[in-house]
Amino acid sequence: MAEEKKLFKVKIDNISVEVEPGTTILNAARKIGGDIVPPAMCYYSKLQGSGGKCRTCLVKVSKGSDADPRPMPKLVASCRTTVMDGMEVANITSPEVLDARKGVVEFLLLNHPLDCPVCDQAGECHLQDLSYEHGADSTRYEFKRRTFDRVDIGDKIQLHMTRCILCYRCVFTADQLTEKREHGVLGRGEAAEIGTYIQQSLDNNFIGNVIDVCPVGALTDKTFRFKNRVWFLKPVDAHRECHDPKCCGKTVLWMRGDEIFRVTARKDKYGEVEEWICDTCRFDKKEAKDWIIEGPRQIERQSVISQGHYVGVHKPKDPLVDVLDGRQPKLLLDIHNISEVNKPNVDLSKIQGPAHSDDFNKK
Amino acid sequence: MGRKLLFDKAHIEGIRYYDVYRANGGYGSAEKALKSMSPEQVLDEVKKSGLRGRGGAGFPTGMKWSFIAKPEGVPRYLVCNADESEPGTFKDRYLMEFIPHLLIEGLLISSYTLGCNSCYIYIRGEYAWIPDILEEAIADAKKNGWLGKNIQGTGFDLEIYVQRGAGAYICGEETALIESLEGKRGNPRIKPPFPAVKGLWDCPTVVNNVETLATVVPILRIGGEEYAKYGTGKSTGTKLISACGNINKPGVYEIEMNISVEEFIYSDEYCGGIPNGKRLKACIPGGSSVPILPANLLLKTAKGEPRMMTYESLSDGGFATGTMLGSGGFIVLDEDQCIVKNTLTFARFYHHESCGQCSPCREGTGWMKRVLLNIENGKGKMSDIDLLWDIQRKIEGNTICPLGDAAAWPVAAAIRHFRDEFEWHVLHPEEATKRNYGLAHYADPLEIAAPAAV
Amino acid sequence: MFSEEKLNKVKEIIARYPAGKQKSALIPVLHLAQEEFGGWLSSETMDYVASLLQIKPIEVYEVATFYSMFNLKPVGKYVFEVCQTGPCMLRGSDNIIDYIKKKLDISVGETTKDGLFTLKTVECLGACGYAPMMQLGKHYREHLTPEKVDAIIEECRSKAN
Ligand SMILES: Cc1cc2nc3c(=O)[nH]c(=O)nc-3n(C[C@H](O)[C@H](O)[C@H](O)COP(=O)(O)O)c2cc1C
Ligand code: SF4
Ligand code: SF4
Ligand code: SF4
Ligand code: FES
Ligand code: FES
Repeated sequence: MAEEKKLFKVKIDNISVEVEPGTTILNAARKIGGDIVPPAMCYYSKLQGSGGKCRTCLVKVSKGSDADPRPMPKLVASCRTTVMDGMEVANITSPEVLDARKGVVEFLLLNHPLDCPVCDQAGECHLQDLSYEHGADSTRYEFKRRTFDRVDIGDKIQLHMTRCILCYRCVFTADQLTEKREHGVLGRGEAAEIGTYIQQSLDNNFIGNVIDVCPVGALTDKTFRFKNRVWFLKPVDAHRECHDPKCCGKTVLWMRGDEIFRVTARKDKYGEVEEWICDTCRFDKKEAKDWIIEGPRQIERQSVISQGHYVGVHKPKDPLVDVLDGRQPKLLLDIHNISEVNKPNVDLSKIQGPAHSDDFNKK
Repeated sequence: MGRKLLFDKAHIEGIRYYDVYRANGGYGSAEKALKSMSPEQVLDEVKKSGLRGRGGAGFPTGMKWSFIAKPEGVPRYLVCNADESEPGTFKDRYLMEFIPHLLIEGLLISSYTLGCNSCYIYIRGEYAWIPDILEEAIADAKKNGWLGKNIQGTGFDLEIYVQRGAGAYICGEETALIESLEGKRGNPRIKPPFPAVKGLWDCPTVVNNVETLATVVPILRIGGEEYAKYGTGKSTGTKLISACGNINKPGVYEIEMNISVEEFIYSDEYCGGIPNGKRLKACIPGGSSVPILPANLLLKTAKGEPRMMTYESLSDGGFATGTMLGSGGFIVLDEDQCIVKNTLTFARFYHHESCGQCSPCREGTGWMKRVLLNIENGKGKMSDIDLLWDIQRKIEGNTICPLGDAAAWPVAAAIRHFRDEFEWHVLHPEEATKRNYGLAHYADPLEIAAPAAV
Repeated sequence: MFSEEKLNKVKEIIARYPAGKQKSALIPVLHLAQEEFGGWLSSETMDYVASLLQIKPIEVYEVATFYSMFNLKPVGKYVFEVCQTGPCMLRGSDNIIDYIKKKLDISVGETTKDGLFTLKTVECLGACGYAPMMQLGKHYREHLTPEKVDAIIEECRSKAN
């Protein structure tokens, strides 16, 4: 164990971990894993310069380091604060942090439409998860919400600014993955919005990745033929030989029967893509013969998508039942109530193999 | 008459121009620094002077300068913060308009100390006529060998450029200023890294306020130790105060930091009292973001001592019963003024100026503004007052840059000290649109708690 | 298109920054462009500025929409920008705004039919001690009274003829 590099010892919610110098508190927490990992709506490990904006990942540094044990005076953004040797951090053990986080979630939802039932992102939305975990029962905001019209950015991507939380991830993606950035933030303050250069189509072979990085339903895939219904699809890992050298060719296919409804990159349990994929793989390869299927995808998220009991699902233990005092999660929807297509009595998990449209047509 | 260090020659006709400035001892400090002192010696004088940043935060300037990283072969930059946009503050404008060479001399000495060869003055865009004044002064200084290559034969080179902003208060925050100077949106950066390590174009950078940099000139003239004898305790030297609101003589005053608030408001040398025989209701002594105080707490601290115009005395009692010196934007409210209305204009200001990067400030400032507008328009509810308190509490300390705090504090202080006025607005919506709550009890003498027996 | 003279000015501005940092010239050049092309920035103007500075158009849009001094729509020949923040409010800026509204028969944000005047309310301009005040073009008009407003309007009208 005689390591060359000295590791820093950090304690997060009383759990110790050793990490390399330069690691952020958030990544140290992810190394521990589980309930003590702060939620991150804007940080994205694969995007340089991301983080610091949404403030959901605020934590309390109760001891700065062994050398300087003073606590930090304010809560800090764990995604942008690096650890020091001997640092002690409180996340879910700090009432102050939970209170502040509740405030941040309220701010994020202030102008948010709260219409998950008709939102394309429902079921795989980080904001939905977050409000489930930290949101209040009802809004205290009595004013008109800010709304925007949906705009098409090209024929494959749709932007619905009303749902955007201004995490800047898509801007970093456009800047760092594509040759010519045509996508940025316009306006200031409350009026800030994601915009493209005179609504130009974003025609770059990697721009589709903005859909995957968007934590909410602001940027969505127009070629997805089964909107609002991800929980009826079965995700499978697949790959193909892609000729674009920057594309890994490894994807998740969202299928029903033999039909491919959507192609996305593979995401880890924090919702970050493992490797970027190109737009050809994402938008143009919708035939089963295009792909070599590896097997069912393991989804480790807590939102409704994992309610379907897919094969091999790791369902994280839900610590929030205690915290929420049995209160009903606000944004979670009962899919059976809103589905017009599918029969409420069909329980996906009971179907052998991939679900097929026939399963739903049966009277 | 209080002693003056910056405005001692301000009354001289033509001091705006090089010849007059020079004939009255101008550039003497620069000559002394460049020709007879090492940068370390100058830094030492600034440290000894106890000078604290005049931009609002009051951070010791000497210490700030000693933090600048000095990697080999990487240029360093000095940026002069002339964005001056905090409501109530208009002192830097006066310096630049009327004594531009004082600032240029200060920039020269400071650049020499820090080892910078390029310096940028970032001035708010609305001060559209001042860049011409500064550029003319820069050209004259250059003609006379105080800028350019090999200044006065010392081998030191310096260019000063003036950059105009375009209407954004947030660009006064030093990292937003740097972003703006790089031709970007004025989004504050997430720190660390600090500008002293990675600032303008990723090079080590120091950002200082106009007044701070101009003050280096008298410090070098009289010496750091002598400068530290002005003022009181850790509030050394003199400070420019821009006084406005309901006073007889609004304007920019140089005060030595040893006079009382009462003297500042009522003496003929400074504000000259309140017009029309009205009485003092409240005051915001350091620019719109510092807490507002009712008359009784303003003139005397909670301990019953006279409140002085110093960093320490103004913040005596913390936010519970004190405020801050801030940037020296001194706003006086007389008995006819409405606290709710005043708070609303500040909330509107911060909402307008939020850059929109982080959620508490982007969403919270607009929310506070709307709730305040309802109260002001007679549509408020009692619960709105607690709601406002809760919103400001959730913004404060949770944002990327201090604009969030700056937006939260005025609302918090107004509710803390003037809650009954808010309640009156809610309970008497009709009447509140026609008349103001008035002075009420805000000037009543405070009960001084007897000092606890030890 | 900028004139030869203005193009030289642009070059001079770019020369203030280290090589390769010409993007820093964006705000000064946008000011120039706004002065030159009718007091506002059209998308053509912004694209032109982008090409001058060799940056992507979106970078210009991002900046132009952030700063309040850039007009993205045409404005009247004379824009009255009256400050309404606390210190000015304490000295009666609301009355001045009302007076201008009545006098010119427009609301805040509107332009008179003859295209001569636009009324805007702005936040603190750093003239709080000389309140009430407004910005008119490059300069400030301070210690406003209804009489002074009348005189300013007359002055503009006669200049326009
Ligand atoms: C929102 C905001 C606005 C600011 N505006 C100004 C300003 O207009 N002028 C200024 O000198 N400092 C301003 N500051 C303070 C600067 O960030 C910085 O502290 C200052 O320029 C440092 O100079 P000093 O040490 O000489 O005071 C502002 C800070 C914040 C957070
Ligand atoms: S699913 Fe997410 S983005 Fe869509 S409405 Fe619900 S919270 Fe908003
Ligand atoms: S569109 Fe999505 S990715 Fe882009 S800033 Fe908004 S929420 Fe973030
Ligand atoms: S606190 Fe406000 S101004 Fe500062 S970074 Fe956040 S949104 Fe921008
Ligand atoms: S994830 Fe850290 S601030 Fe958004
Ligand atoms: S408040 Fe009007 S200029 Fe400052």
